[in-house]
Amino acid sequence: MTDAVLNAPTARRWRLSTGNLLPILTVLLVIVAVWYLAAMRMNATWERDQAVRAGVELTLPDLITRTLTQDRPVLPAPHQVAAGLWEGVAGQPVTSRRSLVWHAWVTLSATLAGFAIGTGAGVLLAVGIVHSRSMDQSVMPWAVASQTVPILAIAPMVIVVMSSAGITGLLPKAIIAAWLSFFPVLVGMVKGLRTPDAMQTDLMRSWSASGSQQFWRLRLPSSLPYLFASLKVAIAAALVGTIVAELPSGATAGLGARLLSGSYYGQTVQIWSALFVAAILAATLVAIVSVIERRTLTRMGLAR
Amino acid sequence: MSALPIIGVWLGGWALNIWLSRFDTQLTRTLVAVIFGATIIALWEMIVRAYAIPTVILPAPSQIAASVKANTGILWTDFVQTILKGALTGWLIGAAAAVLTAIAIDRSPFLQRGLLPIGNFVAALPIVGIAPILVMWFGFDWQSKAAVVVVMVFFPILVNMVAGLKATDAMQRDLMASWAAPYGASLWKLRLPAAMPFLFNGLKITTTLALIGAIVAEFFGSPTRGMGFRISTAVGRLDLPLVWAEIVVAALAGTLFYGLVALIEKKVTFWHPSQRN
Repeated sequence: MTDAVLNAPTARRWRLSTGNLLPILTVLLVIVAVWYLAAMRMNATWERDQAVRAGVELTLPDLITRTLTQDRPVLPAPHQVAAGLWEGVAGQPVTSRRSLVWHAWVTLSATLAGFAIGTGAGVLLAVGIVHSRSMDQSVMPWAVASQTVPILAIAPMVIVVMSSAGITGLLPKAIIAAWLSFFPVLVGMVKGLRTPDAMQTDLMRSWSASGSQQFWRLRLPSSLPYLFASLKVAIAAALVGTIVAELPSGATAGLGARLLSGSYYGQTVQIWSALFVAAILAATLVAIVSVIERRTLTRMGLAR
Repeated sequence: MSALPIIGVWLGGWALNIWLSRFDTQLTRTLVAVIFGATIIALWEMIVRAYAIPTVILPAPSQIAASVKANTGILWTDFVQTILKGALTGWLIGAAAAVLTAIAIDRSPFLQRGLLPIGNFVAALPIVGIAPILVMWFGFDWQSKAAVVVVMVFFPILVNMVAGLKATDAMQRDLMASWAAPYGASLWKLRLPAAMPFLFNGLKITTTLALIGAIVAEFFGSPTRGMGFRISTAVGRLDLPLVWAEIVVAALAGTLFYGLVALIEKKVTFWHPSQRN
């Protein structure tokens, strides 16, 4: 999967320019409008049922206001989600169990721990693979094949098994996140460390550079663009992994647990606000990696 | 004492691979990978047996194989429910919708500039999170799983397809124009074929996403069959060999799905440089 992402025909670009602002805003407006219409339509059935039961005739404006202010709507309207989000973020003390900031922090800490472990392991193994042909031929086919396996789907099971072995808390979630961010980094980093072509390595050799000099001054710097591309994939994957890892019913903290309890009790507004927090978190994490990428690559003169 | 044979197998496999990797031919490359896999499985089996690791924590490969054999019927119903009905249907619908949308917005640069950044943004989001909502809307059966898969695969394919439709260069488009080709002909004969490598890139990325979406959605409610359902209930009964059997099926299905798409890609985009060896 990552291999395919890093290969030539790819469409991933994260550039935003001011020229795109108007089209983006238009599309967003259309989405919000469609959302409102959908909310009215989907929530109307229930309101009509209620009205028929109560024997009341509903006027259209009445129906519309009611569909947009339900307690447990089928589809909450955007302003209800915004209110839920605001209530969860600003309406609670940060340490409260009802605070979305607290839940986001629980998820974020496991994500970052896992991301750090996974990235470190991925880079180390990539260095080993680049320097040892037998390791390359043994591990790489499996690493690439493992990308086609839905590892994420078994995450909740890993959590349950680990908790039965007495490992609970942040660590099991971090292991899932690490596992998911490990492979993109490994595949990208191997590709990156191999980018210097024969001409460049020959030049290093003609300067009688030692193996470690060749690594630190040629291979590592030229692998950085690939590393950053993988890091962006990896941190998003780590967050998704943590959220899915929080799904088993045992978990009570984190955005995933918030999603699950919302779906058990039909609290749709809670689900949507947790979803939006997750989206904001993902966007922020990827943006931070992008900023670091641009700074680093610009300083190294590698910016494209 | 029990550690000695384990270390022996490990060192033996390693030494064999170091020796084999010197030849560097197609055959030895495959052999090295196979030996590595076999060594891991042998080590796993030996460690589980030697240290009497409880089945609840990690079943031995032989136990998993026995469970696969004993539960073929269950595994097959789960495969049909989750992979064929949930994942495959959703993937096909999502891919078709994404391709059609890409062609539809292709003529409007305004829509493209608006949709693409949003599509890129959405493609990086934890979309699995919408699973509980869609399960609420579409019920517990496979339709809700297919819906989750549709949403998960739509944006990656859309983004790739839009980029693919732009992949022709001015010279080629000018040539079509000089033949007075109408929009339809130049789309069908030039731009769609040129978009295929990009489209298949998107299709390959999303095969794994489709399986993940279908399985994870089952954790939020499902009929009494399906891989996600089986995994969560088997964990509850501490029947770990069955859980691992499902994982084996999921892994095989994922690899097969990806392999099939890659095979079709090879047939369709035989002209692309990346397909030549």
